[in-house]
Amino acid sequence: MIHPIPSGTRDVLPDETREARAITDALRRVFEAHGYGEVYTPALEYESVLARADMAEAKPAYRVFDETGAVLALRSDMTVPIARVVASRYATAEPPLRFCYFAHCYRGVAPARGQPRELLQAGIELIGSPAPQGTAEALTVLCRSLDATGLSDYRIGLGDASLYPALMASLQVPGEARAGLLQALVQRDFVELGQLLADSGLSGEAAALLLDVPQRRGGPEILAEAPVQAAGAVTGLRQVLELLADDVAARVIFDLGLIRNIGYYTGAVFDVYDPALGTPIGGGGRYDELLGRFGRSLPAVGFALGVDRLHIALTGEERGTGALLALSDGQLTPAASGSPAASGSPAGLGCPAAPASPATSESPAASGSPDTAGLQPAGESA
Amino acid sequence: MTGLGGLTIAVPRGALFTETVDLLAALGLDTDELRSNDRKLLFEDIGVITMRPSDVPTYVEAGSADIGVTGKDVLLEQGAQPGDSRQRGRDVYELVDLGYGGCTMVLATKAGPDPTEETLRRLGVIRVATKYPRIAARYLEETGRQAEIVEVKGSVELAPLTGLAEAIVDLTATGTTLRENNLVVREEIVHCTARLIANPVAHKLKAAAIDELTQRLRALPV
Repeated sequence: MIHPIPSGTRDVLPDETREARAITDALRRVFEAHGYGEVYTPALEYESVLARADMAEAKPAYRVFDETGAVLALRSDMTVPIARVVASRYATAEPPLRFCYFAHCYRGVAPARGQPRELLQAGIELIGSPAPQGTAEALTVLCRSLDATGLSDYRIGLGDASLYPALMASLQVPGEARAGLLQALVQRDFVELGQLLADSGLSGEAAALLLDVPQRRGGPEILAEAPVQAAGAVTGLRQVLELLADDVAARVIFDLGLIRNIGYYTGAVFDVYDPALGTPIGGGGRYDELLGRFGRSLPAVGFALGVDRLHIALTGEERGTGALLALSDGQLTPAASGSPAASGSPAGLGCPAAPASPATSESPAASGSPDTAGLQPAGESA
Repeated sequence: MTGLGGLTIAVPRGALFTETVDLLAALGLDTDELRSNDRKLLFEDIGVITMRPSDVPTYVEAGSADIGVTGKDVLLEQGAQPGDSRQRGRDVYELVDLGYGGCTMVLATKAGPDPTEETLRRLGVIRVATKYPRIAARYLEETGRQAEIVEVKGSVELAPLTGLAEAIVDLTATGTTLRENNLVVREEIVHCTARLIANPVAHKLKAAAIDELTQRLRALPV
């Protein structure tokens, strides 16, 4: 008998679970080593509590009524629940506060590869540590934890959510035009952005800057070349860069057009890219005003990684068959078989986290499901 | 590899194919085999994958191609739907309006008195046949008309002639097919041209190659 499960959800069977556990164990060790204590919070929260945050595209999608008629929502991320925890359980605790989590979150998306409706997120929140120090710490923990999983070719796109609004303000873009420009940028539509700017009546120089600046991305040199109108955000990014160790800084791609479509971000924002996956593995940023909405005003920064996406990227690097790796020979030097990711992996997808698992070969999971066949460890790298 | 700086490009077969291949030739690619072999799909030595136009955003979004060429009509049809959070739109960068492949999405009916007016007045709902159900539904909603969208896969012009629908929403370049079927354009919805799109991760990790390509494209004579 086949009994259906809701679209965008799935069962995770022992072989995959073992690999995912190797990843989360590696992440947890790094989070804990940096002083981030793990928390659990309820998957269901009062909708009115979650609604205090501006979630934009990532807002909760699933609601139920409880026996009193109150509306409950399945959380769509862990940042907002942890903001609630800080305000209500750590109301007087001395900052900074450091939390990490491994939790399922729920989003009403069109299910796609690495984009389920129920997704396992791993992340940290650093509460009470302002920019640039807090941002640099979060980026450092991010790189150390990805290193610990054995991911080798990842890069961090780093931008600032306040950059484009500040640029529009200093170039005197009329207030009513700003939402449209920002929306075009969120939708990654530079053709639309160019048309809006051409029709806006702005001077040619201002319009050219507003179209060109968000397309600038690359090494630290793009900070030096940024226009004065973006100086505030660029100075902030430069200060973060100065605090990063060389190996972390080498992972950073500055991106003056980076926008994460979650409303609560206020400053630095970042995405994690890997050539083995066509979508970001995770990301994060500063949310200096979110805690204030819950009654304890503190600057904060955090990131979340999609464990499934990380797993796909690790597998892709190991096999050299990731999305952007398949056909290209560009600047990316695709991981060949036997790459460092496969052989030197501390998380070791090839090494089961529970080596003493004699049941595997007899378990129903291992005996014939075509879905799990592709997730078998590729080689005996242990 | 003699491709576009190591980039893999998704090229649409069909109406946009010839002009896209001309563009690639102008950029210095050896397109002889691409032009002569219409069975082959993958041209690894020049970094080209060919496919139907509506598949281009799928391959680019997944990263199986770094960049691609497709019509704005395809991007709109696969784009975000207001009020429907499940339909978020393709997560791709839209980088350059390539200018060619111009055509217009129109609402058309049989010639003579507009049949949609009477139908809306007396029955409250018009039936609209289209190959672009999302564009049609969004446009009719935005213009305040209740409509039943009838999705068809080919020859939309047949629908009003046979009574399947009062109107059609379809793409037209010259209007010849509409005229030959005694149909008239009542409303122009949006003008569409070919667009260069990019995968969001490739846009960051292969920034130099993509920027060089877009600059060369803008520098080409139109």
